Amino acid sequence: MTALAVRNLCKQFGGLRVTANVNLTVEPGERRLIIGPNGAGKTTLFNLITGEIAPDSGSIRLFDRDITWVWCHRRTHLGMARTYQIITLFANDTILRNVTLALLGLSRLRWSVFKDLEQQHAVVERARAALARVGLGHIADRPLSQTSYGERRRVEIAMALAQEPKVLLLDEPFAGLSIDERRDVRQLLNAIPRQVTVVMIEHNMDVALDWAERITLLHFGEVIVEGTRAEVVANPRTREVYLGH
Amino acid sequence: MIAKLRYGAIAVALVLLVTLPLWMGNSYYINIASQILLFAVFALALNVLVGYAGLVSLGHAGLFAVAGYSSALFLQAGFDHLFSNSAAIVITLVASAIFAALALRSTGIGFLMITLALGQIVWGVAYRWASLTNGDNGVNVSTRPTPFGISLASAPSFYFATLVVFLLALITMAVFVRSPFGASLRGTRDQARRMTALGYNVWLIRFLAIVFSGFWTGVSGLLFIYYNQFVSPQVAALTSSAEVLLMVISGGTATLFGPIVGAAIVVIMKNVVSAYIERWNLVLGVIFVVIISFMPEGLVPGSVRLARWLWQTTRFRTTAARPSEELKP
Repeated sequence: MTALAVRNLCKQFGGLRVTANVNLTVEPGERRLIIGPNGAGKTTLFNLITGEIAPDSGSIRLFDRDITWVWCHRRTHLGMARTYQIITLFANDTILRNVTLALLGLSRLRWSVFKDLEQQHAVVERARAALARVGLGHIADRPLSQTSYGERRRVEIAMALAQEPKVLLLDEPFAGLSIDERRDVRQLLNAIPRQVTVVMIEHNMDVALDWAERITLLHFGEVIVEGTRAEVVANPRTREVYLGH
Repeated sequence: MIAKLRYGAIAVALVLLVTLPLWMGNSYYINIASQILLFAVFALALNVLVGYAGLVSLGHAGLFAVAGYSSALFLQAGFDHLFSNSAAIVITLVASAIFAALALRSTGIGFLMITLALGQIVWGVAYRWASLTNGDNGVNVSTRPTPFGISLASAPSFYFATLVVFLLALITMAVFVRSPFGASLRGTRDQARRMTALGYNVWLIRFLAIVFSGFWTGVSGLLFIYYNQFVSPQVAALTSSAEVLLMVISGGTATLFGPIVGAAIVVIMKNVVSAYIERWNLVLGVIFVVIISFMPEGLVPGSVRLARWLWQTTRFRTTAARPSEELKP
């Protein structure tokens, strides 16, 4: 059984082929890194996998279940979670409320009209616990507008982790972070339980190279190289398209 | 401190509202109070969309009119009040669902334009389909209902009935806003994309919000036809939609009390100021410009901000004054 299987996936924006016959197989518990230069189609691939956009052709399977035409929000219920490269959070709310919303998303409670959300201690406590796990417990009640960029990155990841996904898709979690903040995020990623399959996009190859078990190199929407860390780094085509020499 | 002030203010407002016919005396002013309350229900309903869902509708007068006309026509056909009103609410809910299904193909300006068009269709039907709606002459509603045998013919009794409905609407809104569903709806307003990724069916949440809003719009439409005992195409006109939208925006969107204050301003302008100044529309316009210029978030949140600022500056001054006093020999 594979965690995530993408077969012959194609997507075209007008005349531009952003995803060209992509095949991707990720085993359960694997740490997969997807790298590629700007415009390689990395985020588009994520958007196709999560269902934010529909593919022109090809299929996507999640644990052997065909999800190609399953609605985006249903895929979350099937065990998929993602973070965004451009931080996408609820800026007017507290950190705690952000994570609470993540938990509510998978709970039937989200349709409740008669209960007071503040009084739903079980959910709120779970949100607090999720924040404590990523080291943000002490600022849980702080409005998001009063947090640093690095903290917001961790809130993004905390929201995804709070949903206890089977497959976690991280879109450039290190983008724009300082060295210290990178270390914090890195610790966070290392602490993710092994049963969670993690696929990470990273523009900057050095940041996450030692984290990945297998690496896929995308270029102009195509998979150019795929293999273990050593294989991909040693491959001449990697040097050619990615490292530029 | 702020919370205590808030509960105190609510208690005072409640006492004033319940005793209003006693100290107001003149039935003309009691009727204006009834109008304020029924339009407050309308504004609260629209605020669900404008404030909490971030969907600006310019077709809500259409739903208001659908409820009013449905009930008025059933009554005219000889049905009793209970049936006419229940049927009118069901029809309004169906109309809201149709509005929602069509308008939710878009958000933002697109949503606004589609609701505007749908509202105009209702207006067109009311105005031109004379064999059904009696066209420009409107439909008379000869009697008011007598719930539990209480006649609503007098101004104070109708006021109390309106007050009960208004308080029900307000409590419903307060519960709704605090509920998980209310939080979900605000989430779809702030980050629709993220909400989808978190597992929320954004379309369905918005759809249900429009139907919920349609329900209270319908209720206020029923209050309106009983108040006026008459309904005409003017009710469905674009200006009516714009007016109630102005109530919401001027009072403060996404606040519980903003739409009520907005409704009070507009109704008082229309009825009281118009008696003294012929160009009352001009006064209303100036008031809105002033509100939007100095309190762009609306009158209620703006006043709260002002009060906080005053509270803090006065406190700061007194604490800052103390050291200098200590320095005195």
